Amino acid sequence: MKAKITYCVTLSLLLCLLMAPSYAQEVTFHGFVQGNISARVTGNETADPEEGGDYLSGEERLRGEVTGSSGPSDFVLKIDLVHDSIAGEDGIDVREGYIDYRSADYDVRIGRQIITWGAGDLLFINDVYPKDYGALFSGQPLEYLKIGSDAAKIAAYSDLLSVELVVIPFFEPYHLPDPKRFFLYNPMPGLPQTIEEPRRETENTEIALRLSRQIARFDTSLYAYRGFFKLPGMKTDDPVSPATAILFYPQLSVYGLSLQGAFANGVLSIEGGYYDSLDDRGGDDPTVANSSARYLVGYSRQFWTDFTAGIQYYGEAMQDYSRYEDSLPAGFPKTDRLHQLVTLRLTQMLKYNTLRLGLFSFYSPDEEDWFIIPEVRYNMTDSLWTSVGVNLFGGKNSTTFFGQLDKNDNLYANLRYEF
Amino acid sequence: MHKYFTAVALLVMSFLGPAALYAEEPAEIIKKSQEAFFYPGKDMQARVKMALIAKTGQERLRELTMLRINGSGGDQKYFMYFHNPGDVRGMSFMVYKYPNKDDDRWLFIPSINLVNRIAARDSRSSFVGSDFTYEDVSGRDIEADTYKYIKEDALEGKPCHVIESTPKSPTEYIRKISWIDKTTYLPLKEEYYDVQGALYKVFTAEKVEMVGGLPAVTKRTMANVKSGHKTEVVFEGIAYNVGLSDDLFSERYLRKPPEKWIK
Repeated sequence: MKAKITYCVTLSLLLCLLMAPSYAQEVTFHGFVQGNISARVTGNETADPEEGGDYLSGEERLRGEVTGSSGPSDFVLKIDLVHDSIAGEDGIDVREGYIDYRSADYDVRIGRQIITWGAGDLLFINDVYPKDYGALFSGQPLEYLKIGSDAAKIAAYSDLLSVELVVIPFFEPYHLPDPKRFFLYNPMPGLPQTIEEPRRETENTEIALRLSRQIARFDTSLYAYRGFFKLPGMKTDDPVSPATAILFYPQLSVYGLSLQGAFANGVLSIEGGYYDSLDDRGGDDPTVANSSARYLVGYSRQFWTDFTAGIQYYGEAMQDYSRYEDSLPAGFPKTDRLHQLVTLRLTQMLKYNTLRLGLFSFYSPDEEDWFIIPEVRYNMTDSLWTSVGVNLFGGKNSTTFFGQLDKNDNLYANLRYEF
Repeated sequence: MHKYFTAVALLVMSFLGPAALYAEEPAEIIKKSQEAFFYPGKDMQARVKMALIAKTGQERLRELTMLRINGSGGDQKYFMYFHNPGDVRGMSFMVYKYPNKDDDRWLFIPSINLVNRIAARDSRSSFVGSDFTYEDVSGRDIEADTYKYIKEDALEGKPCHVIESTPKSPTEYIRKISWIDKTTYLPLKEEYYDVQGALYKVFTAEKVEMVGGLPAVTKRTMANVKSGHKTEVVFEGIAYNVGLSDDLFSERYLRKPPEKWIK
């Protein structure tokens, strides 16, 4: 990991140096200093000797953003220097670092880049790009939910259609909350874990395609993806006398579509996707997620001046459910054939948009669990803002996605100075 | 005999009211005013600097590039790229404006590379935290109000039509009085009265200059006389008919703003 970071930074700096002379005329530099702290308020403390305790995150970041352009090409570099106060560690987080080339009807972007697709609000079907749920659950600013992909993106445009092709040679999974800091459900307690990521081989290159155009004032996209699940499956090294639990990322293809546009005085969002679980097409391998059809419908509307409300319904219908039931080992929690989520977002802007009162909530009627985030954000000046909020988790069972986080309710605060 | 006719004519005119004195209908004047204010040229490029000034004197600044292109039948497309301050830097905002129909609006958030549709029903929401509303930036539907010719007046020596607009459906003001320059048709001053009938917002065109043969308001202010908050807006480097193409107003450029035009 450390070697990888060093490699990225060295490469980025080299690129900057190489390009500096030709970009000299049009280089800009910005950034911010940010503090984030999140403390568990349930009184439960994790047992980890070094990182246990009440704190889920506590860090300072210095962001540097350099951009430069020259003719049809430009570059962007966004680097965070991070001090993690809990672990007492310093690190470098290369958020993005890429080069763009633009011609009349196609664009190329190469390097570490954040890509966001789809029509969902904090719900992702065709957005198969890496995310950091640890950041979301500890109240870091929303941008930290997304992680850059080291990728090449080629986009071509015509009056008829826009086409985007993304090629990702290096697999990056979802970052889940750290068990050293969060109380989490572990289906195989007591077993040491190892992680098996797809090997760095050309055949493991992820490929994603998006075709888009406007149809009757609706932004319409079709998607196709071939790669891997970003949430791991779990198996053992030996089914009879297991010594190690292995986290691994099965192969996946996704085919989907999305629509977003004006409807009934608001905005209607529709998205669907078929998750084809390539390593378990029969649905009888309990360690690999079955294929599923996923869909969401969302509607948001401004109800009065500076107040917006948005609601979403999400469904995930498992294929080959009876085989899943038959193959599930005894003692493992069983999920329903149809997993559903309902989300609600409320936003009120006040005092010339300097004060924002926000609420986002997830609720699953089948798993009977929830995640609620009330937040207040205040811009003291143009360059200084703060946000304070609470992450509230809960559920009937401690084995569901949000239910397992029940003991991790936390109060968080962010402070950022931009320059 | 001649004197008699004149007297009768004057009498009739005074009964008919000031509207009859002037040949133009008030709705027609508002239409011309909107054309002069929101539609000049085939397209427009400008650097916009906004100062949001609180009663205490604390200032916040917004700096953006605005691009506009006119379509057919009153349709327009707007593209705005934010240069400052830091928390909105790099954001782009795109509007497809249709007369008498809700706009299509998109916002691009660079930190997560997200293009999002924005619910656009309430055009009276504050534009980027200023005293101006979305409607003040791109125009209000002509059909949304009824109009009355109040009088002729002069502002700083410029003869004006004074028109009263009354919203047909409830909004946060019950009437607006506009002083419209008889020569340029630009609004020089507008007074907004709240539901209690009290004056609460005043728009002033502080500076009008000729740009490429067209009169343009290059400095404007919206003051909230109740809260003491005001917003001063300066349009720098306005250029009309620069040759913007329709495809600039698309998701491609929302995600990656056109360097050539946003500088």
